[in-house]
Amino acid sequence: MTNHDTDFAIEGHGDISVGVHGAGASGDGSASATRITPGNALRPEDIALEISRGQVKPSDDVAEFALRIGDDGLILAQRLGHWISRAPELEEDIALGNIALDQLGHARSFLTYAGAAWGKSEDDLAYFRREHEFRSAHLFEQPNGDFAVTIARQFIVSFYQYQLYTRLMESTDATIAAISAKAVKEVDYHRDHSAQWVLRLAGGTDESRARIIQGFKLVWPYVDELFEDDELTTRLAEAGVTVQPSSLRAEFDRLTGEIMTEADLQIPGVPQALGGGRRGKHSEFLGYILAEMQVLAREHPGASW
Amino acid sequence: MASQNLQSVPAELSPEEQEREAAGQAYFDRIISEDSRIEPRDWMPAAYRKTLLRQISQHAHSEIIGMQPEANWITRAPSLKRKSILMAKVQDEAGHGLYLYSAAETLGQSRDQMMEDLIAGKARYSSIFNYPTISWADMGAIGWLVDGAAICNQVPLCRASYGPYGRAMVRICKEESFHQRQGFEILLELSNGTAAQKQMAQDAVNRWYAPSLMMFGPPDDDSPNSKQSMAWNIKRFSNDELRSRFVGMMVEQVRVLGLTLPDKDIRFNEETKKWEHGPLDWNEFKEVLAGRGPCNSQRVERRREAHENGAWVREAAVAYARKQAQKENAA
Repeated sequence: MTNHDTDFAIEGHGDISVGVHGAGASGDGSASATRITPGNALRPEDIALEISRGQVKPSDDVAEFALRIGDDGLILAQRLGHWISRAPELEEDIALGNIALDQLGHARSFLTYAGAAWGKSEDDLAYFRREHEFRSAHLFEQPNGDFAVTIARQFIVSFYQYQLYTRLMESTDATIAAISAKAVKEVDYHRDHSAQWVLRLAGGTDESRARIIQGFKLVWPYVDELFEDDELTTRLAEAGVTVQPSSLRAEFDRLTGEIMTEADLQIPGVPQALGGGRRGKHSEFLGYILAEMQVLAREHPGASW
Repeated sequence: MASQNLQSVPAELSPEEQEREAAGQAYFDRIISEDSRIEPRDWMPAAYRKTLLRQISQHAHSEIIGMQPEANWITRAPSLKRKSILMAKVQDEAGHGLYLYSAAETLGQSRDQMMEDLIAGKARYSSIFNYPTISWADMGAIGWLVDGAAICNQVPLCRASYGPYGRAMVRICKEESFHQRQGFEILLELSNGTAAQKQMAQDAVNRWYAPSLMMFGPPDDDSPNSKQSMAWNIKRFSNDELRSRFVGMMVEQVRVLGLTLPDKDIRFNEETKKWEHGPLDWNEFKEVLAGRGPCNSQRVERRREAHENGAWVREAAVAYARKQAQKENAA
């Protein structure tokens, strides 16, 4: 390369090469930006590799369960991603973006694993299912609203997910256990982030307090659905793959209650919505979320990106 | 030193102050001549401070405004892996904005003030972000061309004479080089995909090529600030020099992509040993700079909206911190 002589090469950082032989420099051309993960964290690509080698394959029940929690993360990531470039502070652009990325990462792992039962990839499941085939709970599809609504939603989600993933680390299904072991560390930060903001908003100004109270009122109707047992969870609980969602409730109530008390907030006395997300019954919101998420992939079926 | 020409000592200084100024200037000149680093507490000429503030804050604003054209595709990214990479990339840009605002703050201006200036339309950011991202391939073209041009510009800035700026640039360049690779990878995948995907990639390269070349700034004979910045060891290479290097790299890389650059005049000049490109539309550049680009008003409006919608959150955080401090003092 003719002019690739002084600064760029010598300084050793920020090289402009693209790692392709003939394109002028160093690196592994097949390396992708997602391949570098600290430590030995489990990546969706690792799970896909195990699947392709025939090392893991979930039963239909396990796959259906993985689909539920995968869809929760995917839909929430889609919602949270909207905040990037719109947050109240740059620090929150980064924080909410990070939480979205974590949720998307968990979703990719769970969906990749679920798909193995039916010969489908994470992208087949994310981009080519219709509304009634999604298994996410209603809380995850609730609109972002203002920052207080987003924080109220995230507070409930992260305390719920923390309990769930903590218990799933002991799952008899090794893949579910491994994904959860990674996820729980990340969700612990989400818990801290949302709890700190609940305290700040509740104890900040009159306006912020009014907004967080309203935020909780809007999202609290979707709490019960998270802890509903059904035939699938009963079968899987007996097999030790998961625990009954209802068994997570007491600890969720205790830990969220501590923060709510410190923030001098009441649990909103609002009726609980019927839910039904786990059976494919969704609110009006999901259709719009999917329309946006799936539009490009569906314009080019079979294409690789 | 060129810097001395710009530094006029006000007449009303006392003899002691004049002596301090002269000693400061001598120290500054020595540091610059040794190609060493100026740190925030060191004496520096007012014009040096002003130039740096302008450049660093513009760079920070570019990162922040630059989040928007890419954030535009986060919700529609065509695979979950691409969505994840894109989110991480836009998040990196917020991080770059943070380091750069912090570096600028060491020169005495608050981040709030810089943000106010941006929203009020008083501050500039890179003109290229006033173009729209109308297809997924634009994510590839921005990574490959726009981030590629940014790296060419920024790698020499890692050696900028102002310490906090140079150090911020080291980290930024590492991440930018990742961004450039992911952009290349997007285009490569599209180019090797269906006919429609390849067409999408070529169309994006066609649209982003000339604006990315103009990112290096006006031609050297029309770049009034460059000379002084080079004398101060802030800038290391001229606009045209960097642009020529960039063209040379892109010529090689576009072949690997199996695409073409929309410029029939690109050639390597054996005499000057430099790459040359076809004429650029500097009128368009000036128009966009003057606020008449396709997205100028929408970009600043989005920033204003986010900032104003977030005001109650920032006020709450301040009020809460104050109350906590009072509690601690009372205890």
